[in-house]
Amino acid sequence: MSILLTEKTRILVQGITGSEGSFHARQMMEYNTKAPVVAGVTPGKGGQMFDDKVPVFNTVEQAVKETGANASVIFVPPPFAADAILEAADAGLELVVCITEGIPALDMVKVYNAIKDRDMHLIGPNCPGVISPGIGKMGIMPAFIHKPGTVGVISRSGTLTYEAVHQLTERGIGQSTGIGIGGDPVIGTRFIDALKLFKDDPNTEAVVMIGEIGGTAEEEAAAWIKENFDKPVVSFIAGQTAPPGRRMGHAGAIISGGHGTAAEKMKTLAEAGIHVCKSPADIGATVAQVLGK
Amino acid sequence: MKIHEYQAKQILREFNVPVPEGYVAFTPEEAVEAAKKLPTSIAVVKAQIHAGGRGKGGGVKLAKSLDEVRQLAEQMIGMKLVTHQTGPEGKIVKKVLIEQGVDIDRELYLGVVLDRAKSELVMMASTEGGVEIEKVAAETPEKILKEWIDPALGLQAYQARKLAFGLGLSGKQVNNAVKFMMALYNAFMAKDASLAEINPLVVTKQGDVLALDAKINFDDSALYRHPELLELRDLDEEEPLEVEASKYHLNYIKLDGNVGCMVNGAGLAMATMDIIKLAGGEPANFLDVGGSANVETVRNGFKIILKDPNVKAILINIFGGIVRCDRVAQGVIEAVQSIDVNVPLVIRLAGTNAEEAAEMLEKSDLEFTVATSLADAAQKAVEVLKN
Repeated sequence: MSILLTEKTRILVQGITGSEGSFHARQMMEYNTKAPVVAGVTPGKGGQMFDDKVPVFNTVEQAVKETGANASVIFVPPPFAADAILEAADAGLELVVCITEGIPALDMVKVYNAIKDRDMHLIGPNCPGVISPGIGKMGIMPAFIHKPGTVGVISRSGTLTYEAVHQLTERGIGQSTGIGIGGDPVIGTRFIDALKLFKDDPNTEAVVMIGEIGGTAEEEAAAWIKENFDKPVVSFIAGQTAPPGRRMGHAGAIISGGHGTAAEKMKTLAEAGIHVCKSPADIGATVAQVLGK
Repeated sequence: MKIHEYQAKQILREFNVPVPEGYVAFTPEEAVEAAKKLPTSIAVVKAQIHAGGRGKGGGVKLAKSLDEVRQLAEQMIGMKLVTHQTGPEGKIVKKVLIEQGVDIDRELYLGVVLDRAKSELVMMASTEGGVEIEKVAAETPEKILKEWIDPALGLQAYQARKLAFGLGLSGKQVNNAVKFMMALYNAFMAKDASLAEINPLVVTKQGDVLALDAKINFDDSALYRHPELLELRDLDEEEPLEVEASKYHLNYIKLDGNVGCMVNGAGLAMATMDIIKLAGGEPANFLDVGGSANVETVRNGFKIILKDPNVKAILINIFGGIVRCDRVAQGVIEAVQSIDVNVPLVIRLAGTNAEEAAEMLEKSDLEFTVATSLADAAQKAVEVLKN
């Protein structure tokens, strides 16, 4: 069992003929045993076949109609990404994963408010995507470090998430679903949204939540966990040594006006009963301890 | 991206946001010429640096005559201005804004910023102008009025009126404030700003509402559609190593420690800094070499890190996902051969083809300390400092 990306997921790739899109589409076609890539969309290239296997369409609507795709992963450049998300939403897709980094914040404000009341999950943007080990992935993470299992992973980061997953897999601890929610200030699915899904997933026993400096998403999650979530949560917050006022790579990773520091977040998380790791090297060991493994 | 006050005010003028008349000057002579053009005999001389708190540091002064304008400009241009935002090293003032004097009745605060929790822009106003808004927010949050802006509708006049009346304005002040707010919002949207702060927003004795100070930051991700803004970038205000790194498309931020680090991915780069500190060291920088850690990026990364004289060791931490570790190892070996890396090097490669990479490093005749895990890497980086 897993969340978001399941055996019912049929994937379409927006931007499948681009260099990023085609590379990762191939990786997904190879890894996804139970959640197939059924369609691609590149405006103007409709009618082509991608690698002789996947039909390419001009619009998402057409792709959905012809192939029954119900989820999309987006690899289009920043100036066109907001439009691509809205097109996917308009076609009624339940799950939209946007990998693109560098979408203007005001574009995402519009997108977020246009889709917030819809029955869909937007993951990202600026994220590695979603993976349900053993089923499939929608994104750019290295699949081989994952292993099917019962720990849910939610993270604002990319390679740091791989590090955490690697630590779990090394200890024989598998993952139910891994979600990179993205490093931008405006994102679709937040920690709480993902936690709600993990709460209802009988196969998820514990959750690893990887946050970083900037914003208050971790604090909001802590308050929600305290009231609503009884599975163990292990957390790490990146940026304990980050200086204030500087954007640390991710558009959303900035301590502004003295707020959004790692210390503040770690304190709030610990007070909510979350197992907070000071060191990123301790994530795997802490999960093992919590699960009694 | 940050810009100077005089540049922010020029943008505001273009959008009909009322600002005092003023001109930028790079020399005392220019300052005097600027002052002659002003409609008032009193002029304000304002140091232009990318940091707040200039007034307290002696960077904003009143001149009652052209002689005083010259004197103040002479004092300020070239001086090192230290404020709570510059750090103790301060910043050298290279230009001043010469502005008309204003008959101030009230000093207020007005700002537009992205509220991340709501994913909407919020316009904030407060009667507590001229002081740090963070302080007001912490101590007397009830004194900050907020109007969230529906992105599909934009700021509505009634919202601006609510803020204006909330600030205790009356008569023609209300209309002036509403016009000001609507225009400020338009400027914010048109230029893809990430922050616009008018502190103080002043009401004059004549009932006019204008921006006595102005701070505008822009969304770096949106600069591609505003080429005109790129011309406003002032490289003098940025850390030279960071400017150089940006030429190589490297994401580098200089810090004060002595362990340089080169990492792929922003989150892992921060985590690597954190674990260096936990192991008893101090990180010298944040450096995300991104998804394509090839020979070129690794070499440029070394160049930047080694230009920081404080660096006494370098830790390379790459988690290979799409980027293969053997390619990174090849990059490291070639880079080290082509430039003189005169400090100890600790390398940790994990993920795709990590074993092949370890073997390549082993076989090369270069001096590396190879680490097997994140914790091990930090430990070793701190240990080599002691030798």
